[in-house]
Amino acid sequence: MSFKTIIGLEIHTELMTETKMFCGCTNEFGGDANTHCCPVCLGLPGALPRINETAIEYAVKSGLALNCKINTSSQTDRKHYFYVDLTKGYQTSQAERPICEEGFIELEEVGKKVRIERIHVEEDTGKLNHTETGETLVDYNRAGVPLIEIVTRPDMSTGEEARLFLDKLRARLKYLEVSDVRMEQGSLRCDVNINIVDEERGLKSNISEIKNLNSFRAVEKAIEFEENRHKELLEAGKNTIKETRRWDESVGETILMREKGDSQYRFITEGDIGVLNVDEKWIEDIKNHMPELPAEKKSRFIKDFSLPEYDAEVLTQNKELANFYEKTVELIDDYSMVSNWIMGDVLRRIKDEELEIEETPLTPNLLAELLNLIKANTISNNVGKKVLRTLFETGKSPKQIVEEEGLSQISNEDELIEMIEKIISENEQSIEDYRAGKDRALGFLVGQVMKISRGKANPQLVSEKMKEKLDSLK
Amino acid sequence: MDITNISAYEMHEKFLNEEVTAVELVNAHLENMEKLKELNAFITINKEEALERAKILDEKLASGAEMGVLAGIPISLKDNISTKGIRTTCGSKMLENYIPPFNATVVELIEAEDGIILGKTNLDEFAIGSSTESSYFGATKNPVDNNLIAGGSSGGSTVAVKSRQMPLSLGTDTGGSVRQPASYCNVVGIKPTYGAISRFGVVSMANTMDQVGVVGRNVRDTSLLLKTLMKKDTRDGTSYKKSEEVLKNLDVNKNYDFKGIKVGVLKTIGDYKLDEIVARDFEKAVEMVKSLGGQVEEISMDSLKYAPACYHVLSTAEVSSNLARFDGLRYGYRSEKYETTEELFRNSRQEALGKEVKRRILFGTYVLLNENKKEYYEKALKVRRLIADEYSEMLSKYDVLMTPTTPTIPFELGTNSDNTEIQYNSDIFTVGVNLAGICAISVPFDKEEAAPVGIQFIANKFEEDKLIKAGLAFEGGNVDEL
Ligand SMILES: [Zn+2]
Repeated sequence: MSFKTIIGLEIHTELMTETKMFCGCTNEFGGDANTHCCPVCLGLPGALPRINETAIEYAVKSGLALNCKINTSSQTDRKHYFYVDLTKGYQTSQAERPICEEGFIELEEVGKKVRIERIHVEEDTGKLNHTETGETLVDYNRAGVPLIEIVTRPDMSTGEEARLFLDKLRARLKYLEVSDVRMEQGSLRCDVNINIVDEERGLKSNISEIKNLNSFRAVEKAIEFEENRHKELLEAGKNTIKETRRWDESVGETILMREKGDSQYRFITEGDIGVLNVDEKWIEDIKNHMPELPAEKKSRFIKDFSLPEYDAEVLTQNKELANFYEKTVELIDDYSMVSNWIMGDVLRRIKDEELEIEETPLTPNLLAELLNLIKANTISNNVGKKVLRTLFETGKSPKQIVEEEGLSQISNEDELIEMIEKIISENEQSIEDYRAGKDRALGFLVGQVMKISRGKANPQLVSEKMKEKLDSLK
Repeated sequence: MDITNISAYEMHEKFLNEEVTAVELVNAHLENMEKLKELNAFITINKEEALERAKILDEKLASGAEMGVLAGIPISLKDNISTKGIRTTCGSKMLENYIPPFNATVVELIEAEDGIILGKTNLDEFAIGSSTESSYFGATKNPVDNNLIAGGSSGGSTVAVKSRQMPLSLGTDTGGSVRQPASYCNVVGIKPTYGAISRFGVVSMANTMDQVGVVGRNVRDTSLLLKTLMKKDTRDGTSYKKSEEVLKNLDVNKNYDFKGIKVGVLKTIGDYKLDEIVARDFEKAVEMVKSLGGQVEEISMDSLKYAPACYHVLSTAEVSSNLARFDGLRYGYRSEKYETTEELFRNSRQEALGKEVKRRILFGTYVLLNENKKEYYEKALKVRRLIADEYSEMLSKYDVLMTPTTPTIPFELGTNSDNTEIQYNSDIFTVGVNLAGICAISVPFDKEEAAPVGIQFIANKFEEDKLIKAGLAFEGGNVDEL
């Protein structure tokens, strides 16, 4: 049987506005429970919402960054259901006329375009905290925090594609500074809709919705798990039910939450807000002030800094990293050296520590200082790596580290020759080998000098002088 | 002299002239409230704070400070208007002990003009109803005849004003809830344009139609409080700046008549099953308007007959939404019988909401279900547009439209509280105004008449000045000569 997997995503992103969607409460992650609340977000009788224009601006920006059509007139609606995290018995959302429609993200890597059906604005709900004693407490600090929900068309067919889409989406939203898009803090949440079809045999599984995905990796793994589950059922002549499932990270499986019936949300227009009118001129204005997005930045990096496509892609994946690169090359005139260092040791370090570049002590100034020390032959490349490690650990400047640890390179010829002579006198066999034309012997001898200099000897100079010495012994 | 027997305007003047103190004004009304307890106009009396405030106002006046336009006037509020620190029950067991931590904007506007909030008046539970019989705190009686209903849902407000327990009171009007009880109690009631007065802090019933209204014993008093409240409020996204201009230059001390005023009267008025006395008084009222120079013409409005059904569908849909927040979790009544959260919600609502409220929530929920929404809710939205368009067309030709406020005079208490059809039909002339978002006033045909009949004038959006002028002119006419 040949199955095709059909995947659509629904992504909720909290917007980083200063205040909540409909009131003046601060929009902030954390804080003591129920301290960022007021009559409006607590839904007290008589309290009325007033729309936060920045949230609308952020939604428009996101729409533009995802190639969407912006609706100049959209509508807010009430979505009704009873749940403890809702303060009004309904969530203010957009049903029929969302603010953005018909966008897409291009996945160049796999030659695919993932269409975006809609983006709408809505408010977040409160958060449940389960205590050790088995009680459930509700914290309404999050109630009324502005969200956008991004709904894709079912255009993805593998976990990898979903992952690629999410990477690109996250990069763009982060570039726009509309959201900090942190899955672990819940400021980005992703639900997956998945089913499989066998067109030849006219077989089709029912769509499962997967929730509780805490990382992009989890999205990928959950998709793989579901794909197999659907396949196995169809192959066994059975089918999936229309259901909502929860990803359980600890066992790496999805678990049935509930069957999906026809939802009765009884949508009605939110009369207290009414029609959301967005001025054409305002949209134009936002367009003109849009920051450079990853794709544009990437082509500029290739052009301006003569970087290979792959390097440009990596460096522009994240706005802070791209800025870091640009600031560093302003200070040191070597585009590829900076790029190699960032893509190598710097990124490795960041990845290991699970940090963002701006969270480390490394700054463009310090990196430039380090690279200049290498270029000036004050230290070798290898010592440079060591200095960088120390920098990450202590926050000290490269110059200070080199000085304190006596790491500056030995380029004094007399000193080097003294060491060379010592090594030659201790390694008769290698001299024989060299004479016999074994090139490896030179490398070995140079290595020995580097070793007794504790890596400080200028390797090029050592190699040069060693050759001279050996040749003079012939 | 009985100081409660004069107009709010006069109370204010006498206070400014130091003929009477604010404390005396408050005490005189408290005395009436005590005497007329059996009418059940009030749910909460704000005695201590009001006296405290009156004392401060007396001192303020003595200090020579400039006084607000409502200085010294006791005012009551329908108990669905939030008052900080004073319980706001909505006439429901659900909110029997709910004390808001904030003031409605209208409360702040009244206090900024030195008015004195003296009590919270009775209402149909959550303002749902038209007799003030569905209140958890018992029915309000009509002072015109204690056996009659007060009308509703702002019955407590109109009774308080009629029986001189209060010179002015605020109500709310979603489908006639200020005008109908004003008519039944022979007082003046005005429902301004949707968006004219802030709804912030006013507990929603049907939020696309709710509007705060003013009840007074005469048009001039009513316009005084109305003008104070017609302000754009940044806390209410549906309030309009335009509101502030409407009454700015209106002189309420002039004598008005109907000269040059075009008045539209329904040709088919006979089709609406009017009580005989209502038909007779309305006819006389039209004659009086003509005698005062009005250019009366007969009009027909085809969409009007759909107004009650349209109103019923839309208002109940909104009621089901607006009352969803009362789940017993964060405030208000909580059932003691529950194991699960769902039971907590279900039992709290089951035990604390009254029959009529439940009936409307169920109806509203029904019309919004996936399978019914198109047939009911969406169709009603279209009809609402037709009604609004027809009013708009009529009001482009006529300055005001004129109807009886209600087709009947008040029923006896307890006779029709469960007859939904009769209750809904009593709103036939009033609901269209709310559906269209325009404004209207009810003025007593004859304040002394034993069978109260109100005459309604309707004007276009933000034309409250036309209503006040028409009301003043009508009030100035002499019914005895007819
Ligand atoms: Zn708030």
